[in-house]
Amino acid sequence: MTESSRERSSAPPGRIAVRKTYKLYIGGAFPRSESGRSYEVSAVDGRFLANAAQASRKDARDAVVAARKAQPGWAKATAYNRGQVLYRVAEVLEGRRAQFVADLRDAGSPDAEAEVDAAIDRWVWYAGWTDKVAAVLGTVNPVAGPYFDFSAPEPTGVVAVLAPQRSALLGLVSTVAPVIATGNTCVVVASTDRPLPAITLAEVLATSDLPGGVVNLLTGSTPEIAPWLAAHADVNALDLTGADPAGAVELEIAAAQTVKRVLPAPAAEPDWSADPGLRRLSAFLETKTVWHPLGV
Amino acid sequence: MGGAGRPGRGTGRGGRRSGMLGHMPDWTYAPAPESRDIARLRESYGMFVDGAFTAGGETLKSVNPATEEVLAEVAVAGAADVDRAVAAARRAYERVWGPMPGRERAKYLFRIARIIQERARELAVLETLDNGKPIRESRDVDVPLAAAHFFYHAGWADKLEYAIPGRPDPRPLGVAGQVIPWNFPLLMAAWKLAPALAAGNTVVLKPAETTPLTALVLAEICQQADLPPGVVNVLPGAGPTGAALVRHPGIDKVAFTGSTEVGREIQRTLAGTGRRLTLELGGKAANVVFDDAPLDQAVEGIVNGIFFNQGHVCCAGSRLLVQESVHDEVVEKLQRRLGTLRLGDPLDKNTDLGAVNSAEQLARVRELSDIGEAEGAHRWSPACTLPERGFWFPPTIFTDVAQSHRIARDEVFGPVLAVLTFRTPAEAVEKANNTPYGLSAGVWTEKGSRIFWMTQKLRAGVVWANTFNKFDPTSPFGGFKESGFGREGGRHGLEAYLD
Repeated sequence: MTESSRERSSAPPGRIAVRKTYKLYIGGAFPRSESGRSYEVSAVDGRFLANAAQASRKDARDAVVAARKAQPGWAKATAYNRGQVLYRVAEVLEGRRAQFVADLRDAGSPDAEAEVDAAIDRWVWYAGWTDKVAAVLGTVNPVAGPYFDFSAPEPTGVVAVLAPQRSALLGLVSTVAPVIATGNTCVVVASTDRPLPAITLAEVLATSDLPGGVVNLLTGSTPEIAPWLAAHADVNALDLTGADPAGAVELEIAAAQTVKRVLPAPAAEPDWSADPGLRRLSAFLETKTVWHPLGV
Repeated sequence: MGGAGRPGRGTGRGGRRSGMLGHMPDWTYAPAPESRDIARLRESYGMFVDGAFTAGGETLKSVNPATEEVLAEVAVAGAADVDRAVAAARRAYERVWGPMPGRERAKYLFRIARIIQERARELAVLETLDNGKPIRESRDVDVPLAAAHFFYHAGWADKLEYAIPGRPDPRPLGVAGQVIPWNFPLLMAAWKLAPALAAGNTVVLKPAETTPLTALVLAEICQQADLPPGVVNVLPGAGPTGAALVRHPGIDKVAFTGSTEVGREIQRTLAGTGRRLTLELGGKAANVVFDDAPLDQAVEGIVNGIFFNQGHVCCAGSRLLVQESVHDEVVEKLQRRLGTLRLGDPLDKNTDLGAVNSAEQLARVRELSDIGEAEGAHRWSPACTLPERGFWFPPTIFTDVAQSHRIARDEVFGPVLAVLTFRTPAEAVEKANNTPYGLSAGVWTEKGSRIFWMTQKLRAGVVWANTFNKFDPTSPFGGFKESGFGREGGRHGLEAYLD
């Protein structure tokens, strides 16, 4: 939220700030919800911040279509290229740091500056993983026969991410970056009450050479949108980090219909400042094993 | 491995007539049966709980599918037995197996591997009697690979800190509930038990109701190896036993191999429990043959891909995608080759195709084949006399198959091949991936760059290039998409049993 209390209170008389319309981010474009709905977003102190788009199930399905369309191309990009794109995201994010700090203050971050620092560093960390994960997780398998046999990780496909509800930037980055680093595309449902840093992030993604559709971002009610994504047959995996605890079981049940990979809802929101390890990368990877005979 | 026999076989005791092979020698084969006495078959088998065999209230009859003869009565585990087994596994995990140093656990697994090798012939004959698969396959594939899985995983037990990158101190999960199918009864038990035990978990295993015998002999092997009581428990039974096991609150991890339908149900059952799950489910693998492929080798691979183990293979190459320009040639070669396959007594060492595992499965194979004909595909089998008793289905090829036909979409799990065509590599990829499954795939071409292009594009967990149906304990196996998640074998397979 840039057009926040800062500008509103400090704006000199005579200069009326140009406010931003907060929209969805689907397929590289910024549409309003097809439903025409919006909902009021307030700062922690209760100030009105914005009327954010309230995504519908149709928006969710459009986002899945965009993610599916973008997936083969993104997976086919070289790991070096994906790494540079992710690093570019970190560069652009750095350039917008003041805006994120202001957004996070409004969203109630305990230390907005530190959270932005950590979020930028996390992008950089995952940018570096794109061309290393196959070497670390892949294997050459010494089978008992005249065959060359190896296993390498491949992206799962389209991942639906329910972003954490509390940590509106670091938590968001920590869930989205590992998904796309390996060649997946995603549909992200932003924190219901703190969606504005996510929309600002979408503006960063839109200007960072990330192909449209790799990340699609929906704002609105997570409990309303999540069931449509959990049951969607063209979604391959589900990250329930930001799921409503009361509804998470139903989402897992819906996901079973197409044998989705599910990262279950944590008991409490994780400490995002901790070392993430490889779990979020490997959660959305498939191992492919290839055999070929040896001979002359 | 399996299926691909030597060329030039003719009419045999199995009742095959080589009608279309007028120019080939019409060899006859003397019977060469393994003695069934080697199986040391008993009249009844108990369930194995806490280190001891016990009778149950109910029993099931395990039948030889090649003759419909009852082989043995087997105790059926009920809900109370599941409770008992899970409690025994928990005690063993907490008091013995969990605290035991990995190097000591390893020695038990090495012992089991060795005893499987020592009793290999007995296990092979018993497996063939109970399952109906040819002795050549149980002897050369199932049993040696089962031993290899224990031997391989034994070596991991004291090296787990090297298994998963970024996890220097992995912990076992606790008690694993494992449910396995009837197509590779002993081998699937080994795939499940060996990594679980190496990682320090204890196990309650449910073998399939039509093939419980070799898993119970494996339990006896655990006794011979002095494996501490409760570390491995084997509960025979049907669906209700499996359901009681996977929903038991004392289980920390569930591993299932079987149909996608049951796999979904298990995933639903475990929703919200936080218990770990791996699923190895169905498949409808495409075997893609390009016009530059060595066609004689490809035909051997196609036969091996779909007729190995009567097609009762989740990763069977059940959809042949052949480039249009060589379609007629490949089908003709395939038909000639099928004319030389020998179907009959599974205990005969010259038999290529054994019995379908059960009356129920035979009914399914028949139904889907009839639907294939009704939907307009062209059905072909070699002239073939099926034995009068037992459950038998001839090797069958469907041509003129459309992608919308059920024989091109549904997993038949029998000796039935659907043949489709393609013109361009892109079309081959499109058709191969046009399935909710993603377990395996095959590619046949002489061009190296095309092999790697195809293996990258095919959405399947195992891709065999210029070969098919190869398995090894060092090589991770498992599916993409609705063929399940998790891997078995290799470093990746251990991850399913470690936290």
